Amino acid sequence: MAKTYFTEDHEWLRVDGGVATVGITDYAQEQLGDLVFVELPEIGRKLAKGDTAVVVESVKAASDVYAPVDGEITEANASLSADPSLVNSAATGDGWLWKMKLSDESQLDSLMDEAAYKAHIG
Amino acid sequence: MTGEDTKHLPLEDLHQAAGARFGAFAGWSMPLTYPPGVMKEHLHTREHAGLFDISHMKLFEVAGPGATTLLNRACPLDAGALDISQSKYTFFLNEAAGIIDDLIVTRLGDDRFMVVANAGNAVEDEKHLRALSADFDTRVEPLDRIFLAIQGPDAWAALARAGIETGSLLFMHGIEPRQNWFMSRSGYTGEDGFELGLPEKDARDLFAKLLEDERVQWIGLAARDSLRLEAGLCLHGQDLTPEIDPASAGLMWAIPKEVRAAGGFIGADALRSILERGPSQKRVGLKPDGRQPVRAGAALVDADGNPAGHVTSGGFGPSTGHPVAMGYVNAVLAKAGTKLFADVRGTKIPIDVTPLPFTPHRYRKG
Repeated sequence: MAKTYFTEDHEWLRVDGGVATVGITDYAQEQLGDLVFVELPEIGRKLAKGDTAVVVESVKAASDVYAPVDGEITEANASLSADPSLVNSAATGDGWLWKMKLSDESQLDSLMDEAAYKAHIG
Repeated sequence: MTGEDTKHLPLEDLHQAAGARFGAFAGWSMPLTYPPGVMKEHLHTREHAGLFDISHMKLFEVAGPGATTLLNRACPLDAGALDISQSKYTFFLNEAAGIIDDLIVTRLGDDRFMVVANAGNAVEDEKHLRALSADFDTRVEPLDRIFLAIQGPDAWAALARAGIETGSLLFMHGIEPRQNWFMSRSGYTGEDGFELGLPEKDARDLFAKLLEDERVQWIGLAARDSLRLEAGLCLHGQDLTPEIDPASAGLMWAIPKEVRAAGGFIGADALRSILERGPSQKRVGLKPDGRQPVRAGAALVDADGNPAGHVTSGGFGPSTGHPVAMGYVNAVLAKAGTKLFADVRGTKIPIDVTPLPFTPHRYRKG
């Protein structure tokens, strides 16, 4: 069964069978405002925790989204090329950013669950 | 986000109540967006009327027997040739013809002018004016006013409903409709609209009346920036700086030919020699291919990879539906249609030199 984790940088990960679907939280999309472009990662790219995986661009500014754990990109959300505003309207659903195969599942232990994340954003 | 030196708008409570998200700009904590968000705010302004609290900007009254002479010295301007109530876009220039600030000067009376200056330069502007005023028997008075802009096709009707008639006022004209009020038909969006300076109590009453009108919505600084960029208007500190002269900036239209010839303003000699040589770089509109915004600071190269210039403002144009930018390019590359490339995080994005504005101006000129 899939389990959802959160980071202090306002990302969420839904992990199922060693693959994480990653996006930004509703709180994060609200802070960023209307997105107009998402620079998606290449399939097969290997990321270390903290590497920039995706750049999301609002009307006003560009913001990096970091890899929350180590892994390899297996899929990017192509529908964001046509409609980046999906991240605003469905941050934790159809607005997901990428999927990655985890290198070290034990890294998940340092992430937050939903209750802890809610406390984090106050 | 806000340090102890950060200045706060006198009507911050209204913006907080409206759900604004704040951010720092030019030393001020400013409403960046309201709950509808930058995209809707931008489009609402173009379709109806957007209300902006721009009290970070500074109004100076310049008055006295020497006011005209002072302004003719401080600005490349023939202040005495302005009709009463006529406004003019102009600058303070330094000796090198660099733009200290861009301003709007309105003639209120024979020896009385209103100068509207940018927030980030207000202190510098006041110093500059005061230093000059000693020589010209003129009083320079920074005014304590709320400054608001209402912009968009419904702006005049919304003001009329709130009891303020604007009927005969044309674009780039300004009047004093009530005691301690200043109202001009001008703005920073490319739309028809008005800017009003008025005391706080009057402003609270007016805001309340205007916001009863469903055509009127608060608009934050984020949409103010995307609106002015689509309209091809410069932001001082980005597109204009004390290192950039009016010829390079493509703003010579703001300097009357006779004023240029007479050369009585600070920076006249430097500007003349720049014009003789021809500016080495010119400000241009830039349209990136695709959807990815190209932002201030991005380097531009030509097809062979040679340095071509840089971007000074860039973002997404909600009305145009594509990214928009402006910047400076080598003069030989400034022709519309020239194909360049912008470096965005290592990727070369094709970008075309394009005429400004991106969205047509809709000023009420007559």
